Amino acid sequence: MSWFLALPIAIPFVAAVAAFLARGYRVGRWISIVGALAHLLSAILLISVVSAEGILAGQMGTWPAPFGITLVADNLSAGMVGVTAVIGLAVAIYALADIDERLENLGYHALYNVLIAGVTGAFLTGDLFNLYVWFEVMLIASFGLLVLGGDREQIDGGIKYVALNLVSTVMFLTGVGLLYGQTGTLNMADLALATENVDQGLLTVIAMMFMVAFGVKAAVFPLFFWLPASYHTPAFSVSAVFAGLLTKVGVYSLIRMFTLVFDHDLGFTQPVLLWVAALTMITGVLGAASQTDFRKILSFHIVSQIGYMVLGLALLTPLAVAGAVFYLIHHIIVKANLFLIAGVADRIGGSTCLSKVGGLYASAPLLAALFLVPAFSLAGFPPLSGFWAKYLLVKASLDVGAWVIAGVALVVGLLTIYSMTKIWGAVFWTPHPEGREPSLKQLDPALRRAYLVSIGGLAGLTVLIGLVPQPLLTFSEVAAEQLLDPGAYIDAVLGEVR
Amino acid sequence: MEPLIAIAIWALVSASVWLMLSGTMLRYLFGLILISNAANLVIFTSGRLTEGAPPLIPGSESAPLTVVANALPQALVLTAIVIGFGLFAFALVLIFRAWTELKTLEHDEMRLAEPREDGK
Repeated sequence: MSWFLALPIAIPFVAAVAAFLARGYRVGRWISIVGALAHLLSAILLISVVSAEGILAGQMGTWPAPFGITLVADNLSAGMVGVTAVIGLAVAIYALADIDERLENLGYHALYNVLIAGVTGAFLTGDLFNLYVWFEVMLIASFGLLVLGGDREQIDGGIKYVALNLVSTVMFLTGVGLLYGQTGTLNMADLALATENVDQGLLTVIAMMFMVAFGVKAAVFPLFFWLPASYHTPAFSVSAVFAGLLTKVGVYSLIRMFTLVFDHDLGFTQPVLLWVAALTMITGVLGAASQTDFRKILSFHIVSQIGYMVLGLALLTPLAVAGAVFYLIHHIIVKANLFLIAGVADRIGGSTCLSKVGGLYASAPLLAALFLVPAFSLAGFPPLSGFWAKYLLVKASLDVGAWVIAGVALVVGLLTIYSMTKIWGAVFWTPHPEGREPSLKQLDPALRRAYLVSIGGLAGLTVLIGLVPQPLLTFSEVAAEQLLDPGAYIDAVLGEVR
Repeated sequence: MEPLIAIAIWALVSASVWLMLSGTMLRYLFGLILISNAANLVIFTSGRLTEGAPPLIPGSESAPLTVVANALPQALVLTAIVIGFGLFAFALVLIFRAWTELKTLEHDEMRLAEPREDGK
């Protein structure tokens, strides 16, 4: 059984090794794509097993829990692995056009696959120290990808990204040490049981350390400054996969730890999370409003959207948590796609700076149409996926009488439309400042195909989720049920010893 | 023994916070080395300190006979040291590149990716 759990982690590692060995021969791109396809297949297999049989746990090396490392997949983990695989494939296809030979020779494809493996591992592990290790795998690969090529801007953004993320790493590690000192275990399911018998005040202090550590990763207020400082500097494939996946690993870890382990003092932790959520939404969207670069606007919108997911966790009702899960999956697809589109606009229009590009609506109408799908979805227009995600969270806020936060969520949605119309106006509607007529037809047909397949595929998925939300909604509701009543999770992991 | 180690951790963390906030990347890096070692000490101490009792099991037994040192935190610390060393090596090379490319290590002068509005 544990093969279902290990495969999605093992496949990208195999692809990474193969891509590294073949880095001088230009087949790395195909290794990435074949690896991503296999990864997607294994993820679909995992989701179907988890949907059919409930939470799946596997003890690595057949060491019984809580002594060995456990891999666990509930609906949340399996869903996140699935969406990681989708983004992995889309960006691997996009990289055919976006990543040039120089970056390939430097080992882009090896690092890319290690990153995917790290993200997948973080979603699947049931052991806290193992989670730390996956964070590091992901982090070191992202460091490499961020500065790959070594432009001066990349080095500058990279310094800030590295510096702040390393602080979060140390914080995480210290928290792990203190939690181990209190409970004597690092298995998450075992921790959920062990925390009942320790000093609750100390536990809250440790919980706050984890909140800060994961908060930096998730880019919440006031810990997000590394994100807009660095995400606009690397290659577009890289910023798309970062934008889609990296911050969501932080959100996932917050959701996992604060539903499973740190649910002892909800009267203290939930209001903190609620404030964090509100301030993250507001500062992110205001930051975006002040920017004049395509990718910088999108970077600040990542921050603002993270607030919605944290909001779902803060309210902690079944509907709110389901909304957060739905939001996570929807947002990864939409946000990665927007960065991919920014890459095409840069390629044919010559810049991502809003004042130096334009006219794409007239000369590249297909790209304009493809931009509208994720942009409107991000802002929450029906019938796209973002509408359902926002609807669930606003409804959940109103259900518990949290009028203010519901209002904040709606106003932030409105301001998101403002930013999206700013991009629309500058990049698509106004004529190009140099009088050029950038068109997709200038591109080599092979490049054009790679661009359109990846962007069109993700946009199609957004529309599909929007038109037929029920399967994903049901999936998220089951995920919320599992998160809010961790008994089944604990039984799945510790079944034999309990 | 625990109070002594606690004081050592306090000294390491306060020194590293001072270094990390002092405005140059090289000092930040030294601070990072200190604080990651402080974190390692926290993990090590969390496993409870035992004096002169290596975690060895006699050949005829399947469990230790007396109280022995906890081997798990040692394994965790070892992993953390290896990872920390890798990250440190990367950060050092990155900072060296920053010095050759940007000609500065001062935080406040690193504005290339986020230029000031007034162009200063």
